Amino acid sequence: MEQTAVHTHIVPYRTFVRVWLVLLALTAILVFTSRVYHEALSVWAMLTLTPLKAGLVFYYFMHLKYERPFLKAMVLVTLAALILFIGFIFLDISQR
Amino acid sequence: MSSVAAGSHPAHKDYEGSKLGMWLFLFTEILLFGGLFLLYSAYRAKYPLDFHVAGQHLNMVIGVVNTVILLTSSLTVAVAITAIQKGNRKLTMLCLTATIVFGIVFLVNKYFEWSAEIRRGIYPNGPELLKLPDGEKIFYGLYYSMTGLHGLHVVAGIILLSIVLDLVRRQRVSSADFNKLENAGLYWHLVDVIWIFLLPLLYLAA
Repeated sequence: MEQTAVHTHIVPYRTFVRVWLVLLALTAILVFTSRVYHEALSVWAMLTLTPLKAGLVFYYFMHLKYERPFLKAMVLVTLAALILFIGFIFLDISQR
Repeated sequence: MSSVAAGSHPAHKDYEGSKLGMWLFLFTEILLFGGLFLLYSAYRAKYPLDFHVAGQHLNMVIGVVNTVILLTSSLTVAVAITAIQKGNRKLTMLCLTATIVFGIVFLVNKYFEWSAEIRRGIYPNGPELLKLPDGEKIFYGLYYSMTGLHGLHVVAGIILLSIVLDLVRRQRVSSADFNKLENAGLYWHLVDVIWIFLLPLLYLAA
């Protein structure tokens, strides 16, 4: 009826339930690949599926999808800084 | 009728600013845990075998069960926010209560997990820990620091959500003003995201 003071997007319940199901499925895949003793497969699964899971939580559960581009950019800059640090650490490690 | 905060004087509220402030705080949290992830990566590169062996001794089942619990608790917080936007106070309170219960169950599991490790003599300066090679000592040090710091965040999240639950009950947080619920929810989701990374690093990487 009345317009609320907060201008935000109302995310339908089913969107959240779907994201939750995908998160559970990805977790199951991660656990499965870690049990098959295939080194390369499990490492690649971890390196791709884990950030994907975190991304889903950020994008849907934390409403980032519905935020202004400014906030999205800030999140990207923070994550880029962290990835840069990790990259430099590995550059350093690999030179020892 | 009007959705301006109730009371004798209209309060000035800046929802965007408040949410932005919460995100800025979360950035510091990301970098705090990021530092620990860096330490982990650097030492794992130095002691790959020790990390592998030590990781095998962790209880993977508890790690996975706790992951499912936290993912589900994130769902209930997200649903609570949609519910309050739709003015469904009952569902909001139900979901928040569920989230708090999930958080407590997570900590109880953590208690049993840590107790089992401590009984094995694996704790700072513990008899069994001192016999292990350096890499395994470092793994367990990181294991206790990372899950411990994360556990403290779960405790903080439970306290925050309990306060918000009470505010919802007293209608101080409602469809007209649910900013506090949103921010508490953001915090809880971040705690979940950190655990998403801890699961493969500590429990699955063996």
